[in-house]
Amino acid sequence: MMQVISLLLENKPGALMRVTGLLSQRGYNIESLTVARTLDPEVSRMTIAVEVETAQRQQVIKQMNKLINVLQATDLTELPSVMRELVLVRIRMPQETRQAVLKEAEIFGGRVVDSSTEGFVIEVTADPEKLGEFIDVMGSYGEIEVARSGALVIALDPKKLKLQPPVLTKKLEEVY
Amino acid sequence: MSTLMSGAKMLLECLVREGVDCIFGYPGGVTLPFYDVLYDHHVRHVLVRHEENAAFAAEGYARATGKVGVCCATSGPGATNLTTGLVDAMMDSIPIVAITGQVTSKLIGSDAFQEADTFGITRPCTKHNFLVKRIDDLAQAVHEAFYIAASGRPGPVLVDVTKDALQAQGHYQPVTSIHLPGYKVFTEGHTGQIRRAVQMIQESERPLVYAGGGIIAAGAAADLREFVELTDSPAVNTLMGLGGLPSEHPNFISMPGMHGSYAANMAMTNADLLIALGVRFDDRVTGRLAAFAPHAKVIHVDIDPAEIGKNRAPDVPIVGDVKRVLAKINKLLAEDKTAVPAAARRAWWRQIREWKAEHPLQVVTSDTEIKPQHLMAEIDRLSNGQAIVTSDVGQHQMWAAQLIRFAEPRLWLNSGGLGSMGFGLPAAIGAQFARPDKLVFSLVGDGGFQMSIPELATVASYGLPIKIVCMNNGYLGMVRQWQTLFYNDRLSAVELDCFPDAEKLAAAYGFKGKTIDKPWELAPALEEAVKAPGPYLLNVKVSPFECVYPMVPAGGAIHEMVLGPPQPVAVP
Ligand SMILES: Cc1ncc(C[n+]2csc(CCOP(=O)(O)OP(=O)(O)O)c2C)c(N)n1
Ligand SMILES: [Mg+2]
Repeated sequence: MMQVISLLLENKPGALMRVTGLLSQRGYNIESLTVARTLDPEVSRMTIAVEVETAQRQQVIKQMNKLINVLQATDLTELPSVMRELVLVRIRMPQETRQAVLKEAEIFGGRVVDSSTEGFVIEVTADPEKLGEFIDVMGSYGEIEVARSGALVIALDPKKLKLQPPVLTKKLEEVY
Repeated sequence: MSTLMSGAKMLLECLVREGVDCIFGYPGGVTLPFYDVLYDHHVRHVLVRHEENAAFAAEGYARATGKVGVCCATSGPGATNLTTGLVDAMMDSIPIVAITGQVTSKLIGSDAFQEADTFGITRPCTKHNFLVKRIDDLAQAVHEAFYIAASGRPGPVLVDVTKDALQAQGHYQPVTSIHLPGYKVFTEGHTGQIRRAVQMIQESERPLVYAGGGIIAAGAAADLREFVELTDSPAVNTLMGLGGLPSEHPNFISMPGMHGSYAANMAMTNADLLIALGVRFDDRVTGRLAAFAPHAKVIHVDIDPAEIGKNRAPDVPIVGDVKRVLAKINKLLAEDKTAVPAAARRAWWRQIREWKAEHPLQVVTSDTEIKPQHLMAEIDRLSNGQAIVTSDVGQHQMWAAQLIRFAEPRLWLNSGGLGSMGFGLPAAIGAQFARPDKLVFSLVGDGGFQMSIPELATVASYGLPIKIVCMNNGYLGMVRQWQTLFYNDRLSAVELDCFPDAEKLAAAYGFKGKTIDKPWELAPALEEAVKAPGPYLLNVKVSPFECVYPMVPAGGAIHEMVLGPPQPVAVP
């Protein structure tokens, strides 16, 4: 089943590889992955959608939490959350359907970000399923090229709110 | 306050501050600056003959002491040669730090001479790894590496340092704090769960302690003993945990699992409570998981949260340092005067004694040939629970685990999780450096020994008084056993028909060696080996076609042991 994982991780070389390595090592295919900085430039947020056997879901999260560079990994699959993805569609179509295309884009809450005699570039943000429909519709009007961002998720459960990641700094004397 | 020095000097300075007194390594182009500062430094560098053995020796050092073992290799082939040892340390949770050289930072990614993506290659082989391209990051990385290796669930950490970072000049600022925001170690254990565990222990009629390598890593042997005595529970030690409870302890009922004792496996299957301490329910212990300990509730104590519930869902999960948790449990048990079901416990012990008597682990001997078990019994007699025994992987390892006693932790050193042939001799080298006072037996098979023959040179050149005992059955015995039992005795690629003359081989390195094949030669030959002041290679030809019993066929339940020949039916 598709598992949605949200991670906070240190913004360091190799951090991404460690997380994806846990998945590829188990032969799991990543459906989508996004990473970007959080408010704290030293911390990135990563969202992964990945097909994982149900029995292994907890183990995968635990293994991610064990990674030194991971501050927190959370399974959002069954938690209240909002998921959004952005798509940029470049469409080339005959002159006479320009108006129809614009109308469709409007229905999906889209925005034209570039316009030329040949066609448009349209931007839409929605949940991934809705985006699929939008792309299908656009495809029916002409030739399209598509760039999707991958899903972004944020939990709605207030307890899961993580503005400030836990920071642990050990004095060496405590260590030894 | 800081001093200007080269990265190489700084690296060594960091190692010294971490208490390192011995580095197992092999030099090369990019590590030249480091070897130059080693030249006139008091830290000892042991030149092994292959980098894989540098990692195994560092493991031997760490396993024998609990201190972090250190190995060092050059870039490219040096680093790739380390990987088996790194994975070995990962599987058995052994704290080692590996230092590797990397090509100059500007050349990374250009297929430079002896460049390999060590950082990428060793990502899954280590608990954590670092790539250091700037001298300013060096000290922090090295100190963090030691901290990560030794704390929590121990493991291998690698620091890959570019040649320019080693050559650069920089200010060494003693590192005063470790900043690892994502590194979580839970040591204390949940108070409520500890209380529940105590209650469950008191109510249990058929408790069994299942203790593993975690006991040894945590230094919890005394706490384990106290626990076992407070509860008067029977106890098993896994392959990684041998010595956790002294083999002579009246409550010890040997090792469980694929080649475990009948009593241990029957106790596992019939217990109503498993007290699992620093173990990971490995498949070699549990056999078919669905049939494992079917009547038992489980209390699982481990420092790694990912081990809890991985293979068996516990009734009482306790994430914590097994030493601290056991101390708390012991304290509660000592205070609490709740009556235990005494009659049921007596019946449980009676049953266990019956199992022990029915099928004890047997020392088979013969008048005409040396039986493998006979060899182990003789090593056991000479060691008397006191010697360090490092083992290679195969049948000899299993017979040794069954039959050699260990009075304390850190005497039995073997490659448990990875099962790496070639481990035994280099591990003995590391152990002997760590414990020069100890008698060290390096028990090897004729297969595994031939993987580590180059290290005879290390043994000789440092004059290490290791007693190498080769159990020579002429076969890759453990594989041969499976072919015999499950592949209609079609022996494919397992015969070792060429083996060097041990006496000549040892002589070529300048020490004593001998081959024996008569049972009456065994005791005197081993005694001579132990008495010899230096290294000794004793090649013991044993009867070739013995199989290790009991044996739980792959995929079988552990109470369905094959106790000996005649041969069982193949299990798919
Ligand atoms: C590096 C490596 N290669 C292959 C194996 C598979 N294997 C396990 S036991 C064994 C036979 C070992 O033979 P030997 O060293 O003679 O020991 P014996 O079993 O005869 O005591 C082999 C090949 C292994 N464990 N490690
Ligand atoms: Mg053999």
